[in-house]
Amino acid sequence: MEPTNDRDPQYFHRVVDCQWACPAHTDVPGYIRLIAQGRIDEAYLLNRESNVFPGILGRVCDRPCEPACRRTRVDGEPVAICRLKRVASDLKGDIAAALPHAPAAMNGKRVALIGAGPASLTVANDLIPLGYDVTILEKYHTAGGLMRVNIPEFRLPAEVLDAETQVIIDMGAVVHYGAPVESMRELLTQDYDAVFVGVGAPKGKELELPGRHDDASGHIHIGIEWLKSVAFGHVDSVGERVLIIGVGNTAMDCCRTSMRLGGRDVKVMARRPREYFKASPWELDDAEEENIEIVVNHSPTRFVIEDGVLVGMAFDVVEWDEGARHATVLKSVILPCDDVILAIGQENAFEWIERDLGIDFGQWETPVLDEVTLQSTLPNVFFGGDAAFGPKNIIWAVAHAHRAAISMHNYCQGRPVDERAPLTMTLESQKMGMTEWSYHNEYNPSTRQQMNHVALSARFAAIDLEVELGFDAAQTAHEVQRCLNCDVQTAFEAPLCIECDACIDICPVRCLTITDNGEEGDLRQRLSAPATNLDQAIWVSAPLPQTGRVMVKDENVCVHCGLCAQRCPTAAWDMAKFELDIPYAANFDILGQTLRRATDVLTRSGR
Amino acid sequence: MSAPTKPLIPLAGLPRNELGLTVRDYEGAMSTLCAGCGHDSVTAAISQTFFELSTPPHTIAKLSGIGCSSKTPTYFVRGAHGFNSAHGRMATIATGANAANRELTYIGISGDGDSLSIGIGHLSHLIRRNVDMVYVLENNGVYGLTKGQFSASADIGSRSKRGVSNDIAPIDPIMLGLTMGATFLARSFSGDKAQLVPLLKAAIAHKGTALLDVISPCVTFNDHEGSTKSYRFTREHEVKEIATDFVPWQQEISMPHHKDDAREVTLHDGSVVRFRSVPDGYDPHDRQGVEEYIRQRHARGEIATGLLYVNESPQDVHEMNHTPEVALSKLPFSRLCPGAGALARLQDDLR
Repeated sequence: MEPTNDRDPQYFHRVVDCQWACPAHTDVPGYIRLIAQGRIDEAYLLNRESNVFPGILGRVCDRPCEPACRRTRVDGEPVAICRLKRVASDLKGDIAAALPHAPAAMNGKRVALIGAGPASLTVANDLIPLGYDVTILEKYHTAGGLMRVNIPEFRLPAEVLDAETQVIIDMGAVVHYGAPVESMRELLTQDYDAVFVGVGAPKGKELELPGRHDDASGHIHIGIEWLKSVAFGHVDSVGERVLIIGVGNTAMDCCRTSMRLGGRDVKVMARRPREYFKASPWELDDAEEENIEIVVNHSPTRFVIEDGVLVGMAFDVVEWDEGARHATVLKSVILPCDDVILAIGQENAFEWIERDLGIDFGQWETPVLDEVTLQSTLPNVFFGGDAAFGPKNIIWAVAHAHRAAISMHNYCQGRPVDERAPLTMTLESQKMGMTEWSYHNEYNPSTRQQMNHVALSARFAAIDLEVELGFDAAQTAHEVQRCLNCDVQTAFEAPLCIECDACIDICPVRCLTITDNGEEGDLRQRLSAPATNLDQAIWVSAPLPQTGRVMVKDENVCVHCGLCAQRCPTAAWDMAKFELDIPYAANFDILGQTLRRATDVLTRSGR
Repeated sequence: MSAPTKPLIPLAGLPRNELGLTVRDYEGAMSTLCAGCGHDSVTAAISQTFFELSTPPHTIAKLSGIGCSSKTPTYFVRGAHGFNSAHGRMATIATGANAANRELTYIGISGDGDSLSIGIGHLSHLIRRNVDMVYVLENNGVYGLTKGQFSASADIGSRSKRGVSNDIAPIDPIMLGLTMGATFLARSFSGDKAQLVPLLKAAIAHKGTALLDVISPCVTFNDHEGSTKSYRFTREHEVKEIATDFVPWQQEISMPHHKDDAREVTLHDGSVVRFRSVPDGYDPHDRQGVEEYIRQRHARGEIATGLLYVNESPQDVHEMNHTPEVALSKLPFSRLCPGAGALARLQDDLR
């Protein structure tokens, strides 16, 4: 193999599994370390830089970082990254001074953002500090988008949502509430330099089965519509027996909401076996903890209505072949119920965008976009969030919006829209002494901390009673130490190596080898421990001075303990903190003033 | 300076030996030697060897004297018996221990100072008696623990870290062993576990004293230019003409068998050492030939490594002395201490 080019920021980025998996590339080990050091404000701000809504995401993020976490491969359970994010949010002090704010002078450009959800708010967060006049058009009377109308308050309290949305609006966005855009044509005639569409995927999927539109349809609800009605207080009760059709995260919110509105016997009906569920495992756990039954292999066939009253729903009980592609019907059953909630997906709704404006739509009624710039076929219109590529999640919406903001900034300043600053990194030695590092390098055997919940007996008293209590100080102290510091990289200088084997002998996970070079497949088999996880890179040095062999490191289960560097007599190994510098719109400031990281502001102001 | 600790990390799928132990179970306390010390690599090789042989830790006895090398038994097989003796006296303690309990696997760790200066008499007599043990001599040419003075194994012309040249002729432990009638002599290098681990296995299987001279560079006092025991010098001057494979006795021999160029030596426990390659005319049973070969290599400034000499037939200390077949602790008390009557009869015989 050729020597690994670890001067390419993407190499070490990939080693930081959580950051690599996060759509917004949040510096997870960085903020966990700040929490461990008690630097809560900085931890919050470091989060906010990339993901904008740490308090919200610390509760309801889809957390793609956690399945990727290296700790899973070491002791089976990922670091509770999401919960620690919430710790930073819950405990932060007054950070107003460190937040981005509008400059004294505007830059004369006006942008319209449609929808006040996570995508639009992120665009506002990125563009207001650059002097843009930002107008947000929101169809409801409150901001937040799906975070407001689709996520129940027992998971995401209103004050948390209000705080993190309002802080952006208060930077100087003009929000028109109750102002749905009914015609894109009309909007485009107004004098905006660029338009961002962040309207989400607001239409719940319909289930056209016999009985759907009979008299009893008042007891058949579309999940996200129903959740919205609950959020706005238009619905405050539900029947005792509720069937939820579908088993995604919306279904979990519907069933748990039902339990708080009078539901006693709430079942989630799934067509396929559990391994095919779309809901996140922890959301399934939370629902089941509340005594909600999840019924598999039941395919709905019709609504059972007697005398104009919904009395039940008929299902085929099915058996699936391997791979769950084809089902055989075993029998039919009728499950009695008072209400049915359909939670089988959601889709985009762009009927308000006229099709002759130059904004092209693809096969699935999604806009034709450049995947990097998020620019539509009409150059001044950009999309982001669920509106861009169909339903994903909040953290993807934030990631899109950061990219779209760069594009809009470029567009408004007359630069090529696809111009992107290079991804850069800093690598900084953490050596403090013979055996001392500026990070907590010792492996801590703590197990994953369990979230404390409000007792089952008390939890259904009010719909806005938050179930998760957050980590206490002791739990936080344990959990932060489970992080394996994957951002503190093993940096190797081949010319210094004397091939004494000290690093290989000390490595507690046997991830180092000095051997003759070879092709990757062959090399992977010849290591101290075979490198069988092909998702993880093996790192190969330049030829070593004494024998011409190579140092090989299997990245898979390195715990970044630094013992290799500690035992290295020639400092060929070092532990160096990797920091990925992701360009945001602010880094494209036309005046050439790169805005500092928010954490730098705090440090400089002596906090 | 506090030594770091090597954490125990519960990785799934860690290889286990026949006893269900992992290599971590064959490790010991954390080394406090200098980072990069060759001795630590030898320690790792010993852990690896006992792990691969599935030796029950409690059947191992590890012994040492004084010196950097003699600290290392602490760093491997924490479940083994151990005796850290006086300077140069590891050989005597090992002889006594072996006399009392012949059933343990003895491994003694010593250095060039411990073995070739203060302990050379004891080492010589250990070899003469052919005590069944592995004697690892971690050879770095200097007294590392007293800041790098030349030891008795320093080569003529080798320069100290301060630039002083050594003028006194070295003692080569292999030549000493040949002279004293050793039955197993090997030389290896701490930086080459691929060679060292099989040699250790063969040494353990050998009946009698197996002396391993392991070049183990002192990274602090003898790894500079001008040193003849540095990592670089050893790599540049090592000659690995004699290559052996170790085949444990249970394992079927599946490697190709060439009658002409492969010599096989069946060791005491049934294991086999196969010489994969030897120089033309080399016979590892021929004491004089081996001596001549090493002399020639030395004259050329080369370091010959590998299993240099082996002779599996002689008697060990127990056979020479007609001692009991089992450990003394297993003898019934009546045999161990036959009483005043027996003593009186013995004395009568001598009158």
